[in-house]
Amino acid sequence: MSDIKKFMFVNRKAPYGTIYALESLEVVLIAAAFEQDVSLAFIDDGVYQLKKGHQTSGIEVKGFEKTYGALEDYDITKLYVDSESLAARGLTADDLCVPVEVMSRAELGKLMETQDVLLSF
Amino acid sequence: MKFALLINEGPYTHQASDSAYLFAKAALAKGHEIFRVFFYHDGVNNATRLTTPPQDDRNIVNRWSKLAEEHKLDMVVCVAAAQRRGIVDDGEAKRNGKDTTNLAPGFRISGLGQLIEAGIQADRLVVFGD
Repeated sequence: MSDIKKFMFVNRKAPYGTIYALESLEVVLIAAAFEQDVSLAFIDDGVYQLKKGHQTSGIEVKGFEKTYGALEDYDITKLYVDSESLAARGLTADDLCVPVEVMSRAELGKLMETQDVLLSF
Repeated sequence: MKFALLINEGPYTHQASDSAYLFAKAALAKGHEIFRVFFYHDGVNNATRLTTPPQDDRNIVNRWSKLAEEHKLDMVVCVAAAQRRGIVDDGEAKRNGKDTTNLAPGFRISGLGQLIEAGIQADRLVVFGD
């Protein structure tokens, strides 16, 4: 199984409240272990996943902000954030916990067209 | 064409599983191949044989089992998602000290690597979810 495909994980939901963000990260790490060309896109409330300073003790849920910082250790460095989703929520790249590439929705759409597999969570 | 399907939502609450089932049936009828159907997130709840809907409603779980039997479908339930939600086969029952199992016929429990492999092997991976 030597084929390498471009896998993009599209994260659309807030980090807590539903389990999608956490279970998305679990697949991302497996895809990296399979040595695929992995990238992550964050759109809509998904941009909140990267916001600095998750505090989850009040909701008695395990926080996973640190996992985003660890993605680099798995050679996952392509993180794309939709500028319009950021702006709509009063956020900038400085509010995020990891380095990302901020791009317009149209640019992100073009990038999606170049992917082999799109998984949206 | 070779398809793989990913189902991210449970039965009845959400249409994802119904749509995926109808898509699979239509694709097979047209002579396409379904490489694998992968159940993730609450989608793992499509794999419990204990489901008992009212008699005049569709039985989503049995429908999948029947389709798998007819077409030798490979239906895989994510192990980590299944453990969280109480979907259990013989192996998992033994490993985790559970007193029963509930995995429906035609399904098997395995890892997320099976999803990535499906993405690699299939021409198209189609996601059904919210």
